[in-house]
Amino acid sequence: MSAITPELVEAHQLTESEYRRIVDILGREPTYTELGIFSVMWSEHCSYKSSRLHLKKLPTRGPRVLQGPGENAGVVDIGGGWAIAFKIESHNHPSFIEPFQGAATGVGGILRDIFTMGARPIAVMDALRFGPPDDPVAGARNRRILEGVVSGIAHYGNCFGVPTVGGETVFDACYNGNPLVNVFALGVFRHDEIFYARACGVGNPVIYIGAKTGRDGIHGASMASAEFTEESKQKRPNVQVGDPFLEKLLLEACLEAMKTGAVVGIQDMGAAGLTCSTCEMGSRAGTGIEIDLQYVPQREAGMTPYEIMLSESQERMLLVAEKGREEEVFRIFRKWGLDAVTIGFVTGDGLLRVKDHGAVVAEIPTRALADDAPVYHRPYTRPYRRAPMEAPEFESRDLEADLVALVTSPDLCSKRWIWEQYDYMVRTNTIRGPGADAAVLRIKDTETSVAMALDGNQRYCYLDPRQGARLILAECCRNLSAVGAEPLAVTNNLNFGNPERPEIMAQLVETIEGLAEACAFFGTPVTGGNVSLYNETLGEPVWPSPVVGVVGLRKTGPVAPLEFPRPGLAVILVGGIGACELVRFGGTEYAKVVLKSLWGLPPELDMDYERRVQAAVREIVNAGLAASSHDLSGGGLGVALARCSFSEAAVGARIELDSDLRAELLLFHEAPSRVLISTSDAAAVTAVAARYGVEAPQIGYTQENRLEIVRAGRRLVSLDVRALREQWENALPSLLAAHGN
Amino acid sequence: MKFGVVVFPGSNCDHDAWYAVVHNLGAQAEFIWHQERRLGDVDAVILPGGFSYGDYLRCGAIAKFSPVMAAVRDFAAAGGLVLGICNGFQILVECGLLPGALIRNRTLRFICREVPLRLETTDSPFTSAGERGQTLRIPVAHGEGCYVADERTLDELEAEDRVAFRYLDNVNGSLRSIAGILSRERNILGMMPHPERASDPLMGSTDGLVVFRSMVAALAWKR
Repeated sequence: MSAITPELVEAHQLTESEYRRIVDILGREPTYTELGIFSVMWSEHCSYKSSRLHLKKLPTRGPRVLQGPGENAGVVDIGGGWAIAFKIESHNHPSFIEPFQGAATGVGGILRDIFTMGARPIAVMDALRFGPPDDPVAGARNRRILEGVVSGIAHYGNCFGVPTVGGETVFDACYNGNPLVNVFALGVFRHDEIFYARACGVGNPVIYIGAKTGRDGIHGASMASAEFTEESKQKRPNVQVGDPFLEKLLLEACLEAMKTGAVVGIQDMGAAGLTCSTCEMGSRAGTGIEIDLQYVPQREAGMTPYEIMLSESQERMLLVAEKGREEEVFRIFRKWGLDAVTIGFVTGDGLLRVKDHGAVVAEIPTRALADDAPVYHRPYTRPYRRAPMEAPEFESRDLEADLVALVTSPDLCSKRWIWEQYDYMVRTNTIRGPGADAAVLRIKDTETSVAMALDGNQRYCYLDPRQGARLILAECCRNLSAVGAEPLAVTNNLNFGNPERPEIMAQLVETIEGLAEACAFFGTPVTGGNVSLYNETLGEPVWPSPVVGVVGLRKTGPVAPLEFPRPGLAVILVGGIGACELVRFGGTEYAKVVLKSLWGLPPELDMDYERRVQAAVREIVNAGLAASSHDLSGGGLGVALARCSFSEAAVGARIELDSDLRAELLLFHEAPSRVLISTSDAAAVTAVAARYGVEAPQIGYTQENRLEIVRAGRRLVSLDVRALREQWENALPSLLAAHGN
Repeated sequence: MKFGVVVFPGSNCDHDAWYAVVHNLGAQAEFIWHQERRLGDVDAVILPGGFSYGDYLRCGAIAKFSPVMAAVRDFAAAGGLVLGICNGFQILVECGLLPGALIRNRTLRFICREVPLRLETTDSPFTSAGERGQTLRIPVAHGEGCYVADERTLDELEAEDRVAFRYLDNVNGSLRSIAGILSRERNILGMMPHPERASDPLMGSTDGLVVFRSMVAALAWKR
C-alpha cells in the first residue's frame, strides 16, 4: 500500500486541513482507497461544500411538497394520488471534454435519479449554453461542441424512450471554453410507489445491478470540481460512455422489481459511483454497509479497490432488498438480461466497510462521508462585473433591419435544427412540445397535465445576479401562465466560476438570495437542484448562469397556440407596454445583437404586478378567451410580435403603439410582466385584466401576411411574415453550414 | 378484436401502440414478450417502434433472431395481419418479410416531425378506411428511415400497388418517397411514420386512426 504523502493529498484535491479532518475522523492515517473515497465524497460536486450554507436560504416547503432536497429528486403531489419527481443536473465539464458522450451520460444520470425514486420519466428539457458558433477564434470548436452535445442528447433520450420537449439554447463568448449542459427530467408515479435511497434493515442484502464496473470515469466528480487548464485535455478517460439501451432495461426492470415489495431502498450510481451510493444510503438510514469487492461485476481483470470504488461506469444501481426475498428481485433482473448480484449487507455499526476478498481496505463512518463533509463559509465581496453603468450613444437607422437581425440572431432564431433531432413525442403525452414558452404533457389516467419551463439569463445575472435570478424565476412562471398552468415548484442549476474567488462567490450568494426571495414570493418551493462550480478555463469564468426549471399544473385539454391563428383578432398586451429607462436597456438582446454592448442593469421587476399579470393571463387562457398566447422575453415586444406571426398560415398583425418611449426601447425593451394575447373577445379579456388591476391595452389586430408596427402615424416596421419566418427558421442551419467544420 | 403488441428489450413505443388501440380505437390489446414462441389468441400483431436490442449491429438485425419473430412469421404466412411501425418496419425488412432496406436519413440526423403523407392505395387491410390520394398528417421519428431497394424491386412494388404511403415532403431521402410498403399478399405493412402518435385529438392529428380502423374493418369482415 502506498504511503500517503502531501503530494498525494494534493493530487486528490484535498486541502491540508481537510486531510487533518480525515485523520481525526478515522483516528488514523487513511489507506489509499480511503483517501480516494474521501476525495470524491468531499469534492465540490458531491458535497456542495461552498454552496451548502447559502442553499439553506432557499424555501423548500410547501403544501404539495412530498420530498424536498436531499433525495435523488424532489417529489410534488399533483392530486388524485399521483405525484411527479423532477430534478436538474449539469454535465458541463464532461461535455466540454467529449461533447457527445458528456451530454449523453448527463441525460442518463438525471433519468436514473428520477426512476430510482420509483417514477417513470416522461419528459426531459435541456438548457444549453455555448460559445458563439461564428466566433472568429473558437467558432469551429463551438460548433463541434454544439453538434456533439445535441446528438448526444438525442442519442440517449431517443433510445431510452423519453421525449425531449424543450429547453433553451443560448450563445455567449463567456462559454467559449466552458459550455453548459443542464438536463431537467420529470417522472410520474403514484404516492405509494415512492422509493427512497435508504439502506434500512440490518442484515438486508445489498445488491448491485446493471453494467459491469470498468476503469471509466474515475475521479469524474473531482474533475467536475476543478478549473480547466491545458492539462485537462489529458482527462478524456475521465469521461464515461453511456448505453441508453442498457438504461432502458434498467428502468423497466427496476420499476418491475419495485412492484414486488421486496425492495427496501435503491439508489443509482452516479458521480463517485459505488462510493457515493453506499455511503449515502447508509447515512440516510443511520446504518452501515459492508461490501466485498470480489463480488462486484467487473469489465476487466486486475482492477484495484481504489478503481472499483471510484469508477463512474454508467447504468448501475445499488439496491437493498428484504432478506430472504432476493430471488424475487433476481428473477426480474434475469428476465431483462441484467447482472444482479449480492455484494454485501446492511450493518448496524454505521460504517462503510469495504473488503477485497475478505481483507478490509476501507472502513469509514457513512455519516462522516456523506453529511460531515467540510462546509466552507467562503469570503465574498461584491459580484464580479466589468460593465459600465452608462449607455453608449446610439440611434437606430433602420428598426426593421434591427428586428430582422434580432430574430435571426443565434439566441432568438428558431432552434428547430436542434429540437427536431430529439424525439419529443414518444409516450404520446406531448400536448405542447419544443419551440414554445412552456411544454405541456398530459398525465394519462388523470385529468391533469404538467407544464414545464426552463430558463436562464446570464447577461442579466452578470449585471446584477440578485435581480437576474428574480427575473428568471418570474419568466419561468410567466411561461407556465401563458399556457394556463399554475406554477408549483422549482428546481435549479447554479453554474458559476471558481467560488474561491470572492467576487465569484458573491455572484453565487446574491443569485441564491434573489432566487430565494422570488420563490418565496411566488409560492414555488425549491425541491432540489444542482450546483456546478469551477466553470472556468484558463482563468476565464462563465458569467453567473443560474438555470431555473419550474413545473406547473393545468387541466388536460387543448392548449392555445403561441402564434396568431387567423386574421381579424384583437391583439392585447396584457401587462401593458411597460417602462424602461436607458440604464435598464443594457442587458437586452438588442444591446447584445445590434449594439454589441452591455451596460447598466437588468430590467425592473415589480413582483406583485407580475403575479397579478400571471393570474389574469391564466384566467384568460383557462376561460378559453385566448386564441393565442405568448409571453414577452428576449427581444421584447418587437420579437414577440414577430414570433406570434410565424404560424404556417402566415398571419401577421397591424399594431399601433401609443407611447413616449424612444423607438428602440419601445420595440425592444425587456420589461417583464407582459403577455401577448390574441382574442375574438377583447372586452372579456380586458375585463379580466381590469379585475386584477392590470393594464391590457388593445394594440392592434391580426391580419394576413404582414407585420406592421406604427406609432403616431409613423411606420416603424412593415415586413412580410412569410419571408421573415423563413429567415428565422434558416438562421441556425445556415450559420452552421456556412462555417462548416 | 384483439391486437398483440410485441415487446422487445428496447421497444419504447409499445405502450403508445397499446394506448392508441385500447383508448383511441376502443379495441383490445395485450403485450407479447419477445421470448414467447406463441402469439396466443390475437387477431393482429403490431411490431412497435423503439430500439429493439439497442439496435446494435443494425436496426432490427438482432430482433430478427428472437423467438417471437418465428411465431410472427408463421402468423403472417397463415394470412394474419402484421403492422410494423418504425423499428417494427426495420425488423420486417431485416427478416425478409418485406423487401428493401432502411438506411440512415440523408441528413445523417435523427428527425422528429409531423409530416404529410399521401395514401397511395386503399386496396389493403391497413388502408381501406382511407381514400386514395388522401393526405394524412402523421409524425416520423427516426434516424434510419431512408427506404432503399434496387430498381427492379421498386418497379415491382409500384406495379403491384404495394406502396401504401409516400412522403409529400421527403424528409429522409427515401427512394421514390416511399414511407410504407405492403407484402405481396398485402397482409403485412411496414411504415416509418407512427400512426399511434396520430390517434388522439390531444396530440394534434387523428389521421393515424385510418390504419387501425382499416385493420378492424378487415378483421371484422374476416370473421
